[in-house]
Amino acid sequence: MSDHIMKAYDDDLTQLKTMLAQMGGLAEDQLAKAIDAISRRDTNLADLVIAGDDKIDMLERQVEEKAILTIAKRQPMARDLREIMVAIRVSSDLERIGDLAKNTAKRTHAMSESLPRKLITGVTRMGRIAQEQLKNILDAYAQTNAEKAIMVWRADEELDALYNSIFRELLTYMMEDPRMIGLCTHLLFGAKNMERIGDHATNIAENIYYLVNGKPILEERPKKDQTSMTAIEPR
Amino acid sequence: MNMMPHTMVTPAKPRVFAGRAVKIVAHDVNVYYADKHAIKHLSIDIPDRAVSSFIGPSGCGKSTFLRAINRMNDTIPIARMTGEILIDGKNVYDRDLDVVQLRARVGMVFQKPNPFPKSIFENVAYGPRIHGLSRGKTDLEEIVVNSLKKAGLFEEVKDRLEHSGTSLSGGQQQRLCIARAIAVNPEVILMDEPCSALDPIATARIEELIDELKQNFCIVIVTHSMQQAARVSQLAAFFHRGNQVEFGDTDEVFTNPQDKRTQDYITGRFG
Repeated sequence: MSDHIMKAYDDDLTQLKTMLAQMGGLAEDQLAKAIDAISRRDTNLADLVIAGDDKIDMLERQVEEKAILTIAKRQPMARDLREIMVAIRVSSDLERIGDLAKNTAKRTHAMSESLPRKLITGVTRMGRIAQEQLKNILDAYAQTNAEKAIMVWRADEELDALYNSIFRELLTYMMEDPRMIGLCTHLLFGAKNMERIGDHATNIAENIYYLVNGKPILEERPKKDQTSMTAIEPR
Repeated sequence: MNMMPHTMVTPAKPRVFAGRAVKIVAHDVNVYYADKHAIKHLSIDIPDRAVSSFIGPSGCGKSTFLRAINRMNDTIPIARMTGEILIDGKNVYDRDLDVVQLRARVGMVFQKPNPFPKSIFENVAYGPRIHGLSRGKTDLEEIVVNSLKKAGLFEEVKDRLEHSGTSLSGGQQQRLCIARAIAVNPEVILMDEPCSALDPIATARIEELIDELKQNFCIVIVTHSMQQAARVSQLAAFFHRGNQVEFGDTDEVFTNPQDKRTQDYITGRFG
């Protein structure tokens, strides 16, 4: 895209993009730390994540202010307008991702050191895929690359499928040993958080597609999360 | 103005563009000012009972084309035109066409309000009188009052119709010019930057008026304000260096233009 005749307009848009990049970087960092904290049951690290969420919230407010000011001052049209609208939406997805990372970290406190390692592996595996999805979608956003965004959008299926199997696995543990219910519920929420982070990545993907093409993706996203329809068979 | 020989194209059935009946059809129109090729092979279908806006940088040909519709370029000796412009299937450049009659059917509103140095009443009564549209004094008064009402000016001037038109504010003068244009019962109203000399409040009034008038007229507006084009028009055409780059649904043109030049222009970038 060529530059605006008014250079300050370009500066406004660049500043927005920079704030979004900062938010993305923070969200990635928070998510990595949250997964690390829960997998090692490191409560100190978890507290760091909890405290760090404010920064993302603050950036979201700044993005919103900057966006509103830019709309008021520049009366953006066409792609510029989409750019700003998408920035607002992406920032709210990133803020939610920050919240989910924080919520996952919080659960570290509820898990004892004695928790069998293999129970946690499923959640951390989901965490790594969520991290990968987040990283890829942030790259796609930084490069405004709709093809890359679509790849992330499609790849969410994997996260859904994994969530399904972890859901069933944790249910089995709970049925085998009711003393595990408390712990497994926390893990289940952790897994759900990762699945939600994946969904936010697909939201961002849809927004990138809209930004580039000026119309929404029409095709239906393949979804493999069937947990809402899973019934527990009484024994 | 010299006319090149041409063949008459009469559409067999009413044309439709963007789901609307077409009022004006331009077919391969070229306008030259001496050596300057001001409009290049322009073909466009302008719908009735809708507002079509022409946007583009200065010198892109949008005003030239607007003026070609009611043959205002005829008065410019160096102007030359080829192609044809049909209103309801009739070429306005036909030799047997009466230009005075044409200008009664196609009214025009200019950038700067230009009321006659006469009373408010006379400003509006002048057109119907010379075109013989009234059957006497009461009839003429009715036309004047109705036109002023349609132009949203009557309430403000009803107690001083004998005052000079030039005593009104800029916005009122412009509405007076619109009342004058619609007094002769035109079918098409051409507006060449009608709000560029007005403040935002007067502009809003004119825009509101344009929005109401579109129910009865085919309105074509040239404007430098992209926001105005986006606000008042249902169809928008982008002109660039004498070419019509894009013409379509205003909502689409301003949110998702198909041509990069349109995109660059409406977002304030270098063309």
